[in-house]
Amino acid sequence: MKRYLARRMAVMPFLLFGIASIVFLVSRMTPGDPLVTIVGERNLNNPEIVAAAKAQWGLDQSMPQQYASFMKNLVKGNLGTSFSTRQPVMHDLWERLPATLELTIYALLGGVTVGIVLGVLAARHRNKFIDHVSRFFALIGSSLPAFWAGLLLLYVFYARLGWLPGPGRIDPRGLAPNKVTGFYTVDSLLQGDFGLFKDSVMHLILPATVLGWGVVGIVSRLVRASLLDEFSMDYVRVARAMGLRERTVVNTHALRNALLPTITIVAFTFAFLLTGAVLTETVFSWPGVGSYAVNASRTLDYPAIIGVTLLGGTAFLLTNLISDIAYAFADPRIRLS
Amino acid sequence: MTATGEPILRLRDLRVTFQTPAGPARAVRGVDLDVRAGESVAVVGESGSGKSVSMLATLGLLHNAEVSGSVKWGDTELVGASTDTLRSVRGRRIAMVFQDPMTSLNPVLTIGKQMSLVMKAHQPNLGKKELRTKAVDLLNRLAIPQADRRIDAYPHELSGGMRQRVMIAMAISNDPEVLIADEPTTALDVTVQAQIMELLLKLRNEHNLALVLITHDLGVVAGSADRVAVMYAGRIVERAPVLGLFASPGHPYTSALLDCLPRLDRRHDVVSSIGGTPPNPADLPEGCPFAPRCPKAIDACRSDEPNLVRIGTSDVACSVVAAGAAVGEPV
Repeated sequence: MKRYLARRMAVMPFLLFGIASIVFLVSRMTPGDPLVTIVGERNLNNPEIVAAAKAQWGLDQSMPQQYASFMKNLVKGNLGTSFSTRQPVMHDLWERLPATLELTIYALLGGVTVGIVLGVLAARHRNKFIDHVSRFFALIGSSLPAFWAGLLLLYVFYARLGWLPGPGRIDPRGLAPNKVTGFYTVDSLLQGDFGLFKDSVMHLILPATVLGWGVVGIVSRLVRASLLDEFSMDYVRVARAMGLRERTVVNTHALRNALLPTITIVAFTFAFLLTGAVLTETVFSWPGVGSYAVNASRTLDYPAIIGVTLLGGTAFLLTNLISDIAYAFADPRIRLS
Repeated sequence: MTATGEPILRLRDLRVTFQTPAGPARAVRGVDLDVRAGESVAVVGESGSGKSVSMLATLGLLHNAEVSGSVKWGDTELVGASTDTLRSVRGRRIAMVFQDPMTSLNPVLTIGKQMSLVMKAHQPNLGKKELRTKAVDLLNRLAIPQADRRIDAYPHELSGGMRQRVMIAMAISNDPEVLIADEPTTALDVTVQAQIMELLLKLRNEHNLALVLITHDLGVVAGSADRVAVMYAGRIVERAPVLGLFASPGHPYTSALLDCLPRLDRRHDVVSSIGGTPPNPADLPEGCPFAPRCPKAIDACRSDEPNLVRIGTSDVACSVVAAGAAVGEPV
């Protein structure tokens, strides 16, 4: 196990190196001019300013030179400075990651829980009413575009009913909690501010619902399918023949096996949400990595684009590793070596 | 060993029909069978003869099948019984051991956990420690070495024979009165088969179990059964004490099955087999379903399906045999 982990960890830098190289190339090949962001549209006609800016940001160098200095900095853990925020990309990401993580974790926890429950109900009542309802619910979740569902929910629950707050992480008139973890729900509790805690929870409900709904769709369908597979297994018939309650047969015997493939999907979804919450974050003005990524690609902010992509790559590699380890714990037949 | 007294399990006119795209498949067509405490009854037949299906129907374990007739455990009717009634009988009164111990155990739960679940299903008051002690005890009784360690093993860490022992341990863990063993040795090595059969018989004697042995292996039957029911195309075609069956088989199908057994007192250059194939339960021929393969078949066989008739100590369903013998009462 330890050796397996060490080997996996050792490969990761090389994979990240590859990802960084590809993103570097692709971003430079994208048509458009980052100088617009750097100096502003008006100054583009001023050759002196343009030349100075190019020199300052290293854009006057040849591609191989740029690549070399980029890699040199990357090894030192320096992702460069964002063209648009004028802050180190590392710092920007560090600022914004907690917002995205908080949203993603709640969406994932909620989505996986509801997804498993729906999947089990659908499998137990196959082709009955509850199965159809669950299928419909899942279909909506995985096919409704986030920007539409988000706007719709905002319109109904914020604008019309007024039950839930609008976009943002907290009430715009309030102060953010002191940063400890960066999770507002945790930090507000740490400083004993229950009003702020409630406010941040209320703000999380809608975006987490939009994000988690898609997860419900994937997980419930997967759990249903793999549970139905397990139901046809001999050991399930044996368990029934021994007089076990149907609840025990499903929850203790079959579900344990059916959840194995779900581990992989959940890990994959987590990594995907970390970087893929772009639309949801935009609709809800969520100050996370997703909206940062949108801004970065709109302005051809090379360092920011690469930074976000590397973050996503790291997330995928890490969650993949974690899911493999979780698999080994969940399935005694697997021994990592 | 012959058992007397009231039958503990009584099947009457048990019928099972599956709806298939090819039309209704009548897998079991009126089976009568009595099982008494302390006796072993073998149900013999080829694949698809309905022997397993009738036992699964007994415990209400068939889905998507129409089951009619009557199955009585004591005074309790099991056909059409509620889920709660069935559940209180399954594993507690009538337990079942299945053919393939490789797939009959859950791969992600330890042996001990699976045994505990079975015991807890019928003895909910048992605590964790008691469950464990009982499980180790059972494994010891089934001659599983290092039972206190094996209990924490996962199924894939045990051999086929060991797994079947664990299955049997689970089956007897709630002290059932009837044990149905569905081809319990088919998936095992020949050397292990005998051990498992010995074990089952020992348990029958120790616990006064009624043992129902489903098998296609007449060799197994000879060594372990008191009575035999031979099934063909969903019906019992011969019911007889084991000695009588081997000494003078009544039904031509039984004779044909016995001829397929290799014997020391005959030359076997070629292993004999029964010509033809068993009929499709969705498309049964008119008359006796064995007639197309039967060397003794006469015209009457192709029009009328015979019922069981008492001949000597056996019940035989064959028009030809019935016509030639001093026929007793129809049964």
